[in-house]
Amino acid sequence: MIDILYFAWVRERIGLPKEQVETTAATVADLVAELKLREDRYAVAFEDISALRVAVDQELCDFDTPLAGVREVAFFPPMTGG
Amino acid sequence: MTVRVQEAGFDLGVEVQSFATRQTNAGAVVNFTGIVRDTAAGDLDRMEIEHYPGMTESALAAIDAEATNRWSLKDSLIIHRYGILRPNEMIMMVATAAPHRADAFEAAQYLMDYLKSRAPFWKKEFTTDGAEWVDAKDADEDALLKW
Repeated sequence: MIDILYFAWVRERIGLPKEQVETTAATVADLVAELKLREDRYAVAFEDISALRVAVDQELCDFDTPLAGVREVAFFPPMTGG
Repeated sequence: MTVRVQEAGFDLGVEVQSFATRQTNAGAVVNFTGIVRDTAAGDLDRMEIEHYPGMTESALAAIDAEATNRWSLKDSLIIHRYGILRPNEMIMMVATAAPHRADAFEAAQYLMDYLKSRAPFWKKEFTTDGAEWVDAKDADEDALLKW
């Protein structure tokens, strides 16, 4: 089981802030491909992954990051702090 | 080295005074404060800032540690708010203390550049026309290249 978190417009498009997913996806990109097949709202949110950032266990990562042993994956748009 | 992520407002005068007076071996203190800017049309009702609890604190601490290491800072303070903010309210502040001003200025700029694009905060603006997420600017990402 992996906790998946969504923030900002990704959260709004998918319609929830967090969910638990049972997955055999090897990488973040594989997980995205699985999610996109679920429902339109996921396909819409993940339509252009160049517009998204991902954190794996709360560290910014690339989409080819392996998921073995990972507890938490978060998807969000580029950050706008400050 | 202090990082505070909070919903409540802060008193800029009190924070900077307290930061400056607790230094023992720093000749220079620099402060930057970010304020909610109204839209060009002047119709901003509020801004809502969302963040990623846990990662926010660790990302800010990592940015702070890097700045401390690069510029031999004596001390630093980062306060960043989340939740609902009105025009002219203070969003965040950084303060740096170093023996000389060049290090304090540069480290403050580094902290700002990195926390804009690498700390997990997202701003949404609510105007009379509706609500929109603030887009990240290419210039903010480019600013990281100079470090």
